[in-house]
This record gives sequence, structure tokens and C-alpha cells, in this order.
Amino acid sequence: MDLATQEGEFLVLLGPSGCGKTTLLRMIAGLEEPTSGTILIGGQVVNDLPPRARKIAMVFQSYALYPHMTVLKNIAFPLKAQGLRREEIPKKIEWAAALFGIGHLLGRKPRQLSGGERQRVALARAVVREPAVFLLDEPLSNLDAKLRASARDELQQFQRRIGTTTIYVTHDQIEAMGLGDRIAVMQGGRVRQLGTPVEVYAEPADTFVASFLGSPPMNIVEAPDCLVGFRPEHFLPRDAYDGGASLIALGLRVTRVEYLGADRLVYGVLEGKFQGAKVLARLPSTVTTPVQAGRRYDFAVPEKEMKFFDPGTRLRTAARSV
Amino acid sequence: MSDRLATARPRGLSFVVDSPRWLGPLMIGPAVLYIVLVVGLPFVLAILYAFSDVSMGHRTLEFVGFRNFASVLGTPKFQTALKNTFVFAVTSQVLVMVLATVLALALIRDFHGKWLVRLLILLPWVAPISLGTIGWLWILDSTYSVINWTLEALGLITNEGWLMWLGVPHLAMASVIVIHVWRILPLATVILIAGLTSIPHDIHDAAQMDGAGFWRHLFQVTVPLIRPIMLVAGLFGLVFAFTDMIVIFVLTRGGPYDTTQVLASLAFFTGIQGGDLAEGAAVALFLFPLLVAVAVGFLRVARRTEVT
Repeated sequence: MDLATQEGEFLVLLGPSGCGKTTLLRMIAGLEEPTSGTILIGGQVVNDLPPRARKIAMVFQSYALYPHMTVLKNIAFPLKAQGLRREEIPKKIEWAAALFGIGHLLGRKPRQLSGGERQRVALARAVVREPAVFLLDEPLSNLDAKLRASARDELQQFQRRIGTTTIYVTHDQIEAMGLGDRIAVMQGGRVRQLGTPVEVYAEPADTFVASFLGSPPMNIVEAPDCLVGFRPEHFLPRDAYDGGASLIALGLRVTRVEYLGADRLVYGVLEGKFQGAKVLARLPSTVTTPVQAGRRYDFAVPEKEMKFFDPGTRLRTAARSV
Repeated sequence: MSDRLATARPRGLSFVVDSPRWLGPLMIGPAVLYIVLVVGLPFVLAILYAFSDVSMGHRTLEFVGFRNFASVLGTPKFQTALKNTFVFAVTSQVLVMVLATVLALALIRDFHGKWLVRLLILLPWVAPISLGTIGWLWILDSTYSVINWTLEALGLITNEGWLMWLGVPHLAMASVIVIHVWRILPLATVILIAGLTSIPHDIHDAAQMDGAGFWRHLFQVTVPLIRPIMLVAGLFGLVFAFTDMIVIFVLTRGGPYDTTQVLASLAFFTGIQGGDLAEGAAVALFLFPLLVAVAVGFLRVARRTEVT
């Protein structure tokens, strides 16, 4: 694996559980030793440096706040460990607490805080010693869904403000797409693709990236000499397109329709070309064509939204005509 | 429908087992009986005896108020025993807590042969106390001591300077304390290992990331987090040290010149071997306030851990 971050960048490591993203993060942190290879921070090889010498701060999935210390002492801990002069510590704590709006919580113990407050304290503890790199290990996964959206927003604003290079581990593609300047999609200990959210979503480098990103994932059907992929949201009834773009027409026998409010998910089996392939279409509520299970409809995909993959290597190949 | 319900009603044993009103008392009954017979009854008897003039060989019993306590309290024998009890209990517990922490920290790491080391450390706890102590009696013997033999072979002492481990006041006290520590250490270590494994690994990682060195990590993170369980181990140990006299009984019998006599052994020698049941009971009752204090400590720790 070869992965370089850019200064001040928000890099997301995205992958299914067990793909090695947390291990990678822990190796960068110095909590685990790589069996081979080098890790550089600011141009310096840090393989042999202990975590504390790497100028790195990490926020853990569980936040790992010290339960026996008050918020104040939690935030002061890295400063004291760093050997900062006693009179400078309160100033720094005040700055970090103000940054996350937790000034009123300084006297409390972690168990007296809500999930969102804990997360902010963990961030304050990480930011207070002004590290060169921030490592975040699924920091939002312990929050409930409602809080997660606002925490995501806060997190990004905060990262933009301090401008510190940040590496963020998650298995949640919405977090990855929403937060990352770039996303490294990982699987089986390898980086499958590195790119901006638009790149990894619209131009997936292989079938893994194509089917891992997107919910529901990309339809991938077998052609005689290649694999063809198209996203459910590009697979719409023929009459939903107003012409212009060149379309590939596909017949669909609908087996089931799920009404989800903003969208309809249409499950079906292709007819004609790619006969028998099971596919999924996502119709936004703006598409009002009636669709019923058990019937056959004319669907279509814009030609430029068709992605082609090599059936052997499963890597992306050049576009071709179908 | 109602007929079928009636026939389905449990009878006999299954009725008792299915009914919380009967099952609860049935299950706790034996324990209550045990405590009443083995702890409660002797305790009441001890109080009765302490205020009486009962002794072995007499069939009568008269109450004499606080006379026993008064006569015991004034004797130098009792005062030494009281002092020794504290020296013995506190010193051994401090040693146990420090050593158990070190051992537990060493034993939660992964290394080859860990199971063997763990087994060896647990051995003193599973071996019968009296047998283990008799082994130590030989090791510390004035004529055949292997420790002296080794020290001489190493050239640290001469043939004339052989140490009387159990025959010199301070050495004897040191010896009984060391053997007691040897005996209690496994239990404390196991309790502390349980405490250490309950700390989430993330906390240790966080301390490492925050730049804490070994000592800061140990004293500001690890030890505070296992403090409640350390207290439990410490209080357990204190109860043992205050009430148990097997080590002292086997090694020194309170000697030389009562310098290792503690309240428990003094009560035994006065009451059982000396035949003065009343005075023995009075001596034993002096342990009571000590143990009450420990018990209160226990309950407070238990409550605090419940709340958090």
C-alpha cells in the first residue's frame, strides 16, 4: 500500500470491517508496528518513534476518556505529559474548551456527559496540544443517528478552521462522502481506490469500489466479454428521460416495488440484453411513471453512465458499445 | 378451558420450585443456617464468656462485668500483642498491595510460559496453609536453614554468623510477615489481574497517545482505575491478617518472648491452651471493633462501585 496525505487534508479511510483500516491508523499512531515499510510524518521516518514523539493526536471510537478524571483534567493530561509549564496549561484548556463549547462541562466526570459531549471532550483533548496529524477512529459510530448528522457538520467545520491534516477511519460511506476531501477505499489490507468523493462514486476503479459505495449499490451484470455496471439512480423508466443523451434501452420485468417516500426501489429481472440478470432501480419521487410488480416495462440507462469492468481482474476497462 | 388450567397446576416439588415465595427461602436457608451455627452462635458465646468467669474444668458460670477486659488490658503481654497485630497486618498488607500490583502488571502481558508462571504464583494459595508453612519452618530452621546455607556458600555470612530466623525478635517478625505475604499474594494478584483486564484497552492507548510515560501512566491512569478493586483486595487481606494465626502458630507460637504474638494467637493460647476461656474471649473481642471498621470499609466500597 502506498498512501500519501496532503497538508491540511481530510482523508477518509473507508472499508468494510476487517479490511485493515483501523490497523493502518494504529500503525500511523505508533500503537502497532508495521512488519515492513515506512511511515513518514512531515518527511521524517517515524517507524521507530514512540507515539508521544510523533506529534499525533487520536480520537478513539469509545472516546477513551479517563473515567476517574474531570473533563478539565482529561484535557490537561496530554499537556502535563508533554511537560508544558504549569501557568500555560489553563490558557490552552480555555482555548480548546471554547473551540468545542464545553466550557461549562469542565468540572464534570465523563460518566455525567452525553455521547455528543463526550465526543467533544475527546476532540478537545486531542486538539489541545496542537498535533501535526489528527487520527479519528470511527468517532461518530457511538452517537445516535440524529446527533450524527450535526456532529458530522461540526467536525468538518472544526477541521477547516484549524486546518490540521486529518485521517478519519469509518465504515460508513455517508460519513466518508460527506466529510472527506479524499477517500481511500480499502479492502483486504489494500487501497482499492484513492480519490475525491465524486471520483470514487462516479468513476469506481474496480467492482469492489463500485458495489461498496452507493446505497443501494451499483448493478453489475455480465456481458459476454465484460462486466457492466450502472447505478440504480441512473436506471429509470424510458419515458423519464427527455431525450438528448444517448440511452441504452433495457426491458425490465418488475418483481417487487418498495415505496420509501423520497424514492421507490424497483426490483426486477432484465429481459433482452443481459437476460435474467437481477437488478435494482431507484426512482426519485419526481419520476411519477406508475410501476407495478409482475409487469414488464421499458427502462433505460444513459450510455455515459455505463461502467465496464474486466471479468478476470475486475478492474475498470475502457468504455465500449453494448 | 378452566378444567385444563386446573390440571396444569404444578404439584409437589415442582410447585415449590416454581413459586418464588418458597424457592427463595429454600435456597438461602442452608446459608443462613450455616452462618447462624458457625459464626453467630460462637460470637454470642464469646460475648457471654468475655463477661463471665468461665474456665475449663468448671461447670459454673458467673457474670463478672468488665473484669476480664480490665485485667487483660493492663498486661504487657496484651499490649505487645495489640501492637504486633497492627505491625503484622499493616506491614504485610502494604507489601502485598505493592507486590501484587507489580505481579499483576507483569502477568497481564503476553509472554512465553505465562501459564507456568501464573500456576507457580497461584500455588501458595491452593496448597494447604499449614503444610506450606511447615515447609517454611524447615527452610527457616536454626540448624538446617537452606537460606543460611546459601548465604554462607555465597560468602555473605560466616559459619558463626548463621541467622536465627525465628529466634531473634525482629527477624522472627520479619519472617512471619514475609511468609504471610507469600501466602496472601496470589489472591491479591488474581483480584488485581481481574481489575486490570477490566480497563478498556483504548484507555491505555489514549494515555500512550497523550504522551504519558511509564510512571505517569501507572500512577495517574492505571492505579486510579483499579483503586476500587485494590481496596477490596486490601480489605480482604486485612481481615486475613487480623484473624488468621496459622502462620504464626506454626512458625513461632508467638515467640520469642511474645514478640510475634498477635491478638488471634494470644486469644488461642490464653483461652484454649491456657484454659481461661473468659479471658481468651475478652482478648478475641478486641478484634471486633477492628473487623467492624474493615466491614464498614467493605460496604462503602461496594456501594461506591454500585453507583458508578
